[in-house]
Amino acid sequence: MNDLIIIFTTTLMYSTPLIFVSLGGVMSEKSGIINIGLEGMMTLGAFVASWIALTTGNPWLGFLSGGFAGLLLASLHALASIYWGANQVVSGMAMNFLGGGISIFLCRIFFEGASMTPPLDLALKIPLIFNQYATVYLSFITTLIIWFIFKFTKLGLRIISAGEHPKAAISAGVKVNFYRTFGVLASGFLAGLGGGSLSIVIVSNFRPTLISGQGFIALAALIFGKWNPVGSMLACLFFGFSQALVVYIGGLENVQISSQLLSALPYVLTLVVLVSFMGKSTAPSALGQ
Amino acid sequence: MKNFLVSLLSIFLGLLLGGLVLKLSGINPLDAYTVMIEGAFSQPNYISYIIIRSTPLILTGLSVAFAFKTGLFNIGTEGQFIVGALTATFLGFYFNFNPWLQIPVVMILSCFASSLYGGLAGYLKARFGVHEVLSTIMLNWLALYLSNFFVFIEGFRRPDTETTEFINQSASITLLENWKVSESGMAWLENHTFWKSFLRPPFNAGIFIALIMVFLIWFILEKTTFGFKLKATGFSQLASRYAGINTNLKMTQAMMISGALSGLAGALHVMGVSKNVAVLAAHEGYGFDGIAVALIGSNHPVGVLLSGFFLGTLKYSGQKLQSALEAPSEVISIMIGVIIFFIAIPSIFNWPLKILSRIKKESKQ
Repeated sequence: MNDLIIIFTTTLMYSTPLIFVSLGGVMSEKSGIINIGLEGMMTLGAFVASWIALTTGNPWLGFLSGGFAGLLLASLHALASIYWGANQVVSGMAMNFLGGGISIFLCRIFFEGASMTPPLDLALKIPLIFNQYATVYLSFITTLIIWFIFKFTKLGLRIISAGEHPKAAISAGVKVNFYRTFGVLASGFLAGLGGGSLSIVIVSNFRPTLISGQGFIALAALIFGKWNPVGSMLACLFFGFSQALVVYIGGLENVQISSQLLSALPYVLTLVVLVSFMGKSTAPSALGQ
Repeated sequence: MKNFLVSLLSIFLGLLLGGLVLKLSGINPLDAYTVMIEGAFSQPNYISYIIIRSTPLILTGLSVAFAFKTGLFNIGTEGQFIVGALTATFLGFYFNFNPWLQIPVVMILSCFASSLYGGLAGYLKARFGVHEVLSTIMLNWLALYLSNFFVFIEGFRRPDTETTEFINQSASITLLENWKVSESGMAWLENHTFWKSFLRPPFNAGIFIALIMVFLIWFILEKTTFGFKLKATGFSQLASRYAGINTNLKMTQAMMISGALSGLAGALHVMGVSKNVAVLAAHEGYGFDGIAVALIGSNHPVGVLLSGFFLGTLKYSGQKLQSALEAPSEVISIMIGVIIFFIAIPSIFNWPLKILSRIKKESKQ
């Protein structure tokens, strides 16, 4: 029973940042804009969150600032993709270089040349509720909100129309560019929150290797979840679960498996699952146009 | 030609905005540029280092560009690089033939291994519809952990280290490696200061092989039916299939060649510079930088060659900012980001042109 609780808790711990970022991907791609720059936005969010949390002593303020930092970077992507006809994949790639570069650059400027921030005081971390970090609940609530938006609100339908049939949407009077901008900015905000939920909640500082691939894995979860908020969340939970298995099996005393091979497990599992369950693509039809 | 101008203007803007970022953080950008230029060109060994630094970038850039031409986004260069490097280390350590046999065998088998690894992503896309961005991300991590696993195998691992044994001398492509430290060589170099400096870094034959690959890829893409079919697949899969091209096969083949190029980058890096591989905590970025090289070089083999040298120079000279000015060398990543950002929006460079032509029209009326 105790083992199950450990696996359960570790699953949630690994999944939470991914869920935020993956939901960000949903917001952007539903509106028709590819966002391959989630990784960069997440990195910037992770740095700014820990920087602000350190300087103000308020983790919630740090967490929110992380979101706004991601949003700021996303505004460049929005400008390029929506208003200047950019190649969205290339612009997204630029966001990854910018996000990573700006984060470590600022870190060195503000922390006397160090590439990682000093650790956050334990007393100043985001509180635990029923033994889980508050951000865990927040990620599920956000999933619900986004699901609700797409299912029941005008806003959601208009975002979908911008992603499926922008021309039809325009002729029906929908301000496609507005909704696309909204989608991309929301995606940056959520990716930033995802970074913050990693840097100031799970670990207690920012360092250059903190975000190494999670943004892309969240992107994978988005596609695996068929561009659906709940599906993406489940995909993230699956990935978090396989990470938890690695931690759990690695901690067992009577099992002798190379820790390196074990670490590869989540990626192999994801690949196998992708191959077995990849059905017809259900991407928004005007994605990338 | 238009692409070339866009790249050039983007690079200009990237360097300019990078300078602005430095200025805002209280560092004189002119000093920074001076440090970078002197740090890149003022001594022969710097140039040698830049060539060494650029070699893998040119090859991974070529790898990404080749896949792009077939409409595939190969993010898996990182993993394919690792597979090539590991295979080269393994074979270079276990085989010990005559160099004339050893070098090609190690190189070709490393390419083969990484081409299978790259081809796997192409196959998964063709057969199961798994997007190559997803599969290659997973394969990158798989490659990293597999490599770490092999590094720790007893007999291959160098005792008490987190690295493998070194490759045999017969697999080394470092030029004049033994002569440099021989008595006659040292005596000769003492009198020729340029070469003494130039040969201090592990200058190796990798760059010549990279140049051959640039030509080969250009030839395949521009002069063969195979290359034409690949490009056709990249333009429109439906039209190509209608014209009788087996697009699934073409995608797998393109990823195999792309994987081979990245693997070659890894193999040459081992054979010419590192001579072994170490445990990796995270990805080293050779593959990721290859994406930047391909984009800045607008996916053209010659463009990739130039942008590979450009990025190699930027990366090498950027390191020197830290020690000389205490300026964060990450300003280089910011510059690269800005350059790619502008390359994504070539239309902004149309503005001045459009305005000009509008003025002309109006003056005629």
